[in-house]
Amino acid sequence: MGFELKTWYSEKKQGEVLLEYNGSITSELITEALASIEKSLNLKNEKNRVRKKVYNVFVECLQNLYHHVDYPPLTAPVKQQSNFGIIILSKDGTFYRISTGNFVKKEKLNYIKDRIDQVNSLSDEEVRMLYRDIMSNEEFSDKGGGGLGMLDIVRKTGNKLEYYFYQFDEEYIFFSLDTYIS
Amino acid sequence: METIIREGTPKTPYVRLDGENGLVEIKGRSIPENSVEFYKPIIDWLEKFGDQPSDETGVNIQLEYFNTSSSKCILDIFKRLELIHKKGNPVEINWYYEEDDEDMFEAGEDYQSIINIPFKMIEMEE
Repeated sequence: MGFELKTWYSEKKQGEVLLEYNGSITSELITEALASIEKSLNLKNEKNRVRKKVYNVFVECLQNLYHHVDYPPLTAPVKQQSNFGIIILSKDGTFYRISTGNFVKKEKLNYIKDRIDQVNSLSDEEVRMLYRDIMSNEEFSDKGGGGLGMLDIVRKTGNKLEYYFYQFDEEYIFFSLDTYIS
Repeated sequence: METIIREGTPKTPYVRLDGENGLVEIKGRSIPENSVEFYKPIIDWLEKFGDQPSDETGVNIQLEYFNTSSSKCILDIFKRLELIHKKGNPVEINWYYEEDDEDMFEAGEDYQSIINIPFKMIEMEE
């Protein structure tokens, strides 16, 4: 069985979908997407604390995509646009789920996996210390993040990152990342 | 020193850099994709201000939330201010956060742990 994008979508859309987008991840899109979820009644009725966390993590997830995504493979059943990525924000029961999906070249798999595993292996206190350490010591690339993005998401949500790599073809992997906020 | 005022946008904060009155204010949200570009003029201003700082400088940071690329730029601002403080022109930072906003409170603690300037954490009621 190959990877089915439709199946992935239906899993991530469980609950009430607040926002769904697939296509080019541009700066304008990020502004629009944020404005759109700010109008969501679900979020308006949330406690300040939760609402801000959702905005913050949502932006971080989108900007992660913005800085790293590429063209999808030619055979993928998606829009052939540069900077292609998918984002879905849904409220599922008591938590909000932000799912992102994008295609990556196989050779990047280990790098991404190691990075997430490392972040997931840390205690809350270790996450906090590492965040401070990177912020004060490391040079940021022109891509901005300096490796803080994933760490920040784990710190803000208090939850581990859930990721899946689906083999798409010989060359590409579909990388799926879920974060939960409650 | 020229005063710089920048109005806020959906992704960038309101900024006021006032050399006359020794006032630095940043308010709103800071989530630009390219934070370095946004903060560069502010860092440049602070560098010049550092040559002839006011006797005392008050800094008000009242952020709703910010992205990780801004976090480093905010630290760079504090580092510039730290130099001024060390040279004998006192700087005080007021870090505002909403009462239930543990993230913004913790972010203030992060900076406080790295920077050697008096830091006041100010809780705001919702």
